[in-house]
Amino acid sequence: MSVPTHPAARGRADATMVTLSLGDELVAVPTAILREVIEPGPITRVPNAPGFATGLINVRGMVVPLTDLRIPLRMPIRPPDADTRILVLDLPLEGIPAIVGIMAEQVHEVTEVAGAALDEVPSVGARWPRRFVQAVGRKGPRFFIIPDLDAIFAEHLVGADPSRPNL
Amino acid sequence: MAASADEMFLIEARLLTESLEAGLLDMQERPGDKGLIDSVFRDLHTLKGSGAMFGHAELAHFLHDFETAFETVREGKLSVSPPLVKLGLRACDHAVSLLDGGPPGPGAALLDELRALVSGELPQGAGRPWRLSFRLAPDCLVLGARPQALLDELRQLGADEIEPILDDLPELADLIADRLYIGWRMTLPPDLTEEAIREVFVFNDEGLALDLAREGASPDTRPPGEEAGPVAPAGGGARDRAMMRVPAERLDELMDRVGELVIAEARLAELVAADGNPNLVAVSEEIKRLASGMRETTMSIRMTPIETITGRFRRLVHDLNDQLGKTIALVVEGEETELDKTVIELLADPLLHMIRNSADHGLEDAASRLAMGKPATGTIRLSARYSGAEVAITLADDGRGLDLARIRAKAVARGLIPVDADLDEAAIRALILQPGFSTAESVTELSGRGVGMDVVRRTVDQLRGSVEVDSEPGHGTRIRMRLPLTLAIIDGLLVEIGGERYSIPLAAVEHIIELPREQARNSNGMRFLNVRGQLVPFLRMRDLLASTGDPGPFQKVVVVTAGELRVGLTVDRIIGSSQTVIKQLSPLHSALKTFSGATVLGDGSVALILDVPQLVAFGQARDSMEAA
Repeated sequence: MSVPTHPAARGRADATMVTLSLGDELVAVPTAILREVIEPGPITRVPNAPGFATGLINVRGMVVPLTDLRIPLRMPIRPPDADTRILVLDLPLEGIPAIVGIMAEQVHEVTEVAGAALDEVPSVGARWPRRFVQAVGRKGPRFFIIPDLDAIFAEHLVGADPSRPNL
Repeated sequence: MAASADEMFLIEARLLTESLEAGLLDMQERPGDKGLIDSVFRDLHTLKGSGAMFGHAELAHFLHDFETAFETVREGKLSVSPPLVKLGLRACDHAVSLLDGGPPGPGAALLDELRALVSGELPQGAGRPWRLSFRLAPDCLVLGARPQALLDELRQLGADEIEPILDDLPELADLIADRLYIGWRMTLPPDLTEEAIREVFVFNDEGLALDLAREGASPDTRPPGEEAGPVAPAGGGARDRAMMRVPAERLDELMDRVGELVIAEARLAELVAADGNPNLVAVSEEIKRLASGMRETTMSIRMTPIETITGRFRRLVHDLNDQLGKTIALVVEGEETELDKTVIELLADPLLHMIRNSADHGLEDAASRLAMGKPATGTIRLSARYSGAEVAITLADDGRGLDLARIRAKAVARGLIPVDADLDEAAIRALILQPGFSTAESVTELSGRGVGMDVVRRTVDQLRGSVEVDSEPGHGTRIRMRLPLTLAIIDGLLVEIGGERYSIPLAAVEHIIELPREQARNSNGMRFLNVRGQLVPFLRMRDLLASTGDPGPFQKVVVVTAGELRVGLTVDRIIGSSQTVIKQLSPLHSALKTFSGATVLGDGSVALILDVPQLVAFGQARDSMEAA
């Protein structure tokens, strides 16, 4: 991707990450781009928007798009419950600073991740599209994945669902 | 935070060069106007003075001779001639180039031309001593002015017979300690130039009343105080009032804050309404009134008259006259019409392009015009006026009009339409706004930057406005744009569709009617409504928005307009009207043309704002598709 990435998100370096559950897997996002974790309030449906970003939420008076990484990562979707949270991230879109929300089935902890503990995405055996995953790592007995947020969002910019009506 | 002094100077200098340019262009039409001459001189003087102050020696040096030349004009010893104005305009360009860090080289040639122009016409100073009287702004002491220092400086120039003017001194009881009530008058040596004397006041010219004349010269009857502020551009009665320059970002910031206030106020109103305590209700009403007042004021601060950009257009037409060898007049109507500053800034380039286009392609040369029985001078008319919550900006020329056959052929050649496309005249005219229509061939030196007319459409779309092209062969072309007055806060009509809430810009709402029962049931039947004897197509918003919620039992139709076109939108329920702070959609959603933005409601949830021009265009397009 040509989009400049936050150094912490590039994977190989040591970084502080927040881990969360998505589709029964563990996902890690650098805390450097994390603004806050909020409980889901009212979500406004955006008609005819692509499945990745179907909603809008109000975060302290700002209108923020709510996205679901389970769609690009091809993970199973389950309805929100008491553990559901929204991570509010600073993520440049089209090179312009922006704020986006991502759904999390559960948020676990903030943890130090050593760059050396990270691996390339295996070329076989992974369920998710490789282009959307930056690295995989291990935390105790469990694996976690670091999604390539820049790649995921870049692919969904200016996207309208082609199968649905749009003026 | 605060811009550096040099930045402030550059901003100021840019305004001065614009004012100077406008003054010179007006001078061309009204060479005898003394007010104009004064204004041009003052602009030159201030530009030179502050240039020198901020270390732009090259600029100050260059402008010095021009200032002197216009001083002699001001004294009536040199008359305003077209060559002088032309030279002035070129000097103005050079000054702009110097400000941008351009090379000083071309200045010398201009100065030589100036010298040639005024040589022999410059008589020597009259040899009589000067009489000076002046009065500083009454509040200048608070702002740090030191009259004593001024007087010292004047003494160094040789001031004599200095005496105070005490006419305005109030009774002791009424005296305010930090107000300046005193003026001074004095005599100054004859060998000084007027400019050298005025230079003393360069830091104090805000609110300065100054009277300077040679002794015994015809008594200047203007009482001190008549001479307005330092920059009183031509024709600008309104601008004499005190002005303050503010960085644009602070206005944007203020607008954001007011937006938050409006949202918080709506939340408060909801809570109070649920609570019902009459005391709280009263306070909430009061806050609502204040918030809405804040909104009005803030928006009015952002409103800028169109005249702030028309100077560029005048200049362009002036230059085009020479370059094209045509006689072209630009008539501007409704220059005082105000629009949000963002809108104005975005409009400047498209309008420049449209004017160039009219001059280049639309208007004929004088000979052909005369042959057709038209006046030799081609007229381009730019007019702006309010119409509801929109501003209509029209650019019309009285040239040859659009050649529909040629446009069609060109669109086919460019692959914009198939050879056998069935288009009516309006659709063919609209082709000139298509991206890819005006390309290389029409990019002459004039059309310059290689932008086509599609920039017009793009800008108007971006501003959520509409544009239409009208033309009559032999009589001219008219392009009309409609733009919303503001981009930040609108009055919105909140409606419910399938259990979800949406906002419709109230300014676009014409009326609201009940949806007749037979049409509510039958979703495949007629798609027209009889609204006061007119058939209006309507859109079933539930389908369009893929709503899954239950429809209300009594559906309504909100009839909205864009330009001359109307369309009905079916909704389940009308909730009410409210102030709506428009938030842009992120790039993740900006491709969804149905919505122009989103807003935060009183209960903290987000509602999408329906994009009326897009919906109307969609409804009309579907309508004509079905009719075909």
